[in-house]
Amino acid sequence: MKKTTINSAHYHLGGKMIDFFGWDLPVQYSGLSEEHNAVRTNGGIFDVSHMGEIFIKGDSALDAVQYITSNNISKLKPGKILYTALPNEKGCFIDDMLVYMITDKEYLLVVNAANLEKDFKWISSKVERFGVSTENRSDEYTQIAIQGPNAEKLLTQFTNDKITELKYYYFLMGKVGNIDAIISRTGYTGEDGFEIYFKSDEKTASDLFIDLAEKGKDLGIIPAGLGARDTLRLESKMALYGNDIDDSHTILEADLGWILKLKKGDFIGREPLLKQKEEGISRKLVGFELTEKGVPRHGYKVFVDGKHYSEVTSGTFAPFIRKPIGLVYLPLEHSEIGSKFHVEIRGKQVEAKVVETPFYKRSS
Amino acid sequence: MDLKNYKFSKDHEWVKLEDDMAVIGVSDYAQKEMGDVVYIELPETGSSFSEGDTCSNIESVKAVNDIFTPLSGEVVEVNTSLEDTPENINTDPYGSGWIFKIKISDSAELTDLLDADQYEEYLKGI
Repeated sequence: MKKTTINSAHYHLGGKMIDFFGWDLPVQYSGLSEEHNAVRTNGGIFDVSHMGEIFIKGDSALDAVQYITSNNISKLKPGKILYTALPNEKGCFIDDMLVYMITDKEYLLVVNAANLEKDFKWISSKVERFGVSTENRSDEYTQIAIQGPNAEKLLTQFTNDKITELKYYYFLMGKVGNIDAIISRTGYTGEDGFEIYFKSDEKTASDLFIDLAEKGKDLGIIPAGLGARDTLRLESKMALYGNDIDDSHTILEADLGWILKLKKGDFIGREPLLKQKEEGISRKLVGFELTEKGVPRHGYKVFVDGKHYSEVTSGTFAPFIRKPIGLVYLPLEHSEIGSKFHVEIRGKQVEAKVVETPFYKRSS
Repeated sequence: MDLKNYKFSKDHEWVKLEDDMAVIGVSDYAQKEMGDVVYIELPETGSSFSEGDTCSNIESVKAVNDIFTPLSGEVVEVNTSLEDTPENINTDPYGSGWIFKIKISDSAELTDLLDADQYEEYLKGI
């Protein structure tokens, strides 16, 4: 199994390890709900080094990245980040990713670990004609996410860079400890926080993670695993590739119209998306709550008007808002707030209703 | 906690005998493994099960967990207070977190169960 540079720290901190797409990573340390709620109230630190880092470099880097994405990359300036789809020719998802503009000739794409090889192959072949270079440098980078209302207080103890002035979805090239790092004000939890990318050996990375956990204690910040990462992102209605978005649902159907900029010029998937925008969608990803007792889970069958229509794409009992919630594709005419349908749980039909999303939104 | 009156299955349920009845719940190890319990589907009073049958489901944030009855028999009582306070399974697994009571139909099955010391040894090997 693949190990991140932080691997030994997970064992040291009592992480419960699992095989996550070939990576030996902690699903939890002290407990999923405890970690989830710590991130909502104080903070958590996560090893997310499995994420993929792809660099696009060259004179036509902007044109190349524009061509493979749905969002408008020309809106970026150096130091700014955009969330976008990596669409296929049908306007569905090969992946979703963050685009970091380093200079007008260099962009960093941060992609899902499980899709890295597929993405790299796709991107390399599609940007070839722009004469840019594509580098998969995922193995070089360690990535730590510090998330939660106290994240800034913790990170300021580790850097002299002006992170308090860093706005959401901006990054800077700075230092954490003595290590050169990309410090990014982003995250996958619905809280304020940072994602830090750096190159280091195992000892330095593990020591830093343990040091963050140690100094985090006074701020109520604890190490958190993949379990909490999943429930936190779901409570904040952030899509997960493979669950909520995939290569058979379009950007519009996924209700991610805000990352679709049809007027930006040509890009892969534009034609079918333009057509769908004109004609309208027939199904849509919505958030729901169960109105009866039970917990919806990924893959459970969903019935609309008594007929099997789809499956729950993501579901859990949300640890902070204390409700059974999930996401599902519903027919457009059944997707309005309050609309009722059923989820089959161990052979029983349990009633659910469409609700406003995100399920949780931070107050500040 | 003194567990000398408790017996355990390898599936991490506990049994406490009360004459020809057995009170059944899940062990402290099991509740820790499940994590934050949010909902329980209790067996129906009057239903009969054979040893090893799934008779209840406990939903934690993490996953749904099957509960197997370690003894055959008829369910004579269920802990309905868990419907409102399922978290008692986490906070008091050997007390207010009990799940159901069964009228034992085959007392020979009791010999398959482990006592507290044997169970502790068994956990070390997991």
